[in-house]
Amino acid sequence: MIGIVNYGAGNIFSLTAALDRLNVTYGMVNTENDLEKYSHIIIPGVGHAGAAMEKLKGTGLVKAIKKLTKPVLGICVGMQLITEHSEEGDATLLNIVPVKTKKFDKSLNIKIPHMGWNAIMPKNNSLFEGVEDNTQFYFVHSYFIEYNPTFDIASADYGLKFSAAVQKDNFYGVQFHPEKSGKAGELVLKNFSNLSL
Amino acid sequence: MLSKRIIPCLDVKDGRTVKGVNFVDLRDAGDPVELAAQYAQQGADELVFLDITATHERRKTMIEMVKSVARQLNIPFTIGGGITEIADAEALLNAGADKISINSAAVRNPKLIEDLAKTFGVQFVVLAVDTKHVHGKNMVHLNGGRLITELETENWIKQAEDLGAGEILLTSMDHDGTKAGFDCGLLGKINQMINIPIIASGGAGSMEHFTEVFQKANVDAALAASVFHYGEILIPDLKLELKRNQIPVRI
Repeated sequence: MIGIVNYGAGNIFSLTAALDRLNVTYGMVNTENDLEKYSHIIIPGVGHAGAAMEKLKGTGLVKAIKKLTKPVLGICVGMQLITEHSEEGDATLLNIVPVKTKKFDKSLNIKIPHMGWNAIMPKNNSLFEGVEDNTQFYFVHSYFIEYNPTFDIASADYGLKFSAAVQKDNFYGVQFHPEKSGKAGELVLKNFSNLSL
Repeated sequence: MLSKRIIPCLDVKDGRTVKGVNFVDLRDAGDPVELAAQYAQQGADELVFLDITATHERRKTMIEMVKSVARQLNIPFTIGGGITEIADAEALLNAGADKISINSAAVRNPKLIEDLAKTFGVQFVVLAVDTKHVHGKNMVHLNGGRLITELETENWIKQAEDLGAGEILLTSMDHDGTKAGFDCGLLGKINQMINIPIIASGGAGSMEHFTEVFQKANVDAALAASVFHYGEILIPDLKLELKRNQIPVRI
């Protein structure tokens, strides 16, 4: 059963709807004790990374999340939270995955936000089992996670190469929205719910 | 690489779609959920629902519809029509809408764009602009083109981008309904001016028109209603045609 960290950064209706369609059960994580109740944890997130970090701190869950040994998936800003730092609000983040979240640079001749369907190149990872190279996922973001081959598990190109997904130990993050990425996104959510460490 | 998006637009009144008669195997052609699911199945990249309900019960019916769409749909969707304040937008966000589209309320109160962007992020705010050529100028119009404003289209869009609009949905009233093709000239010009995504709307009549608007104006997305609803263009065919023309699409 999946626990969704309920810290008020963005709406989770679409995420819970996707889990319902997949018949994956879930509940909300509001306290440290709640973290124990679930086998898998999702950290959702939309909006401003710095503001989201402040909200997460407000829940008092930061220490407990960092200590988790069960599979954890950060989605979009939830993924950015597990990195070291974001240029958005010059924010110090959870630093679980030692990479940085940076702003897309207009001078690369790209539109910002990066909005729409973009192909990814997944590596051989359980999260992407059954997902073919160049499958497209739905992205909406103005900040990206720098590509680092040690932690990258799927890369994407938009003006430059960045990480569409990262992993360190039991911590996973995806920049795209699996709940909005059609069948491919549902497969990633399903794969996550089946991860065993 | 980012794909060019194909976006069917559905008109909704009192929680029911009012166009879209040509789908086979639909139990209920007026059911937005079923129609939306069909489009998603066909490969639509995103959907826009335009609520044209006039009753004061509108917000309630709109929220119920958005919830049922969000429960079923696995692609993003935008809701437009009658959004005038933060509370409207928040209710739609909480019901599962990915973006909201604002038009006349933003013209009347440009600060609404800024407030929405600050509260929900720029990615949530689509500015819809209806434009018409009048005496050599492109002028912003309201009420589906019936009411002219004092705003020049180029200036208004630039201002909206600065205020925090995350995307522009530009409808050419001169082309809308003609099925003679998109206004590639104006779309290309606006596209050069801004650094946020732009959706072309108005004038789609054939698959060639989509190829043309992506090639000539390099817009990020193209929206159409009747050609999709009446089955004149099928999305899988359109995507293949675009791919043949080296336009990046999601198949």
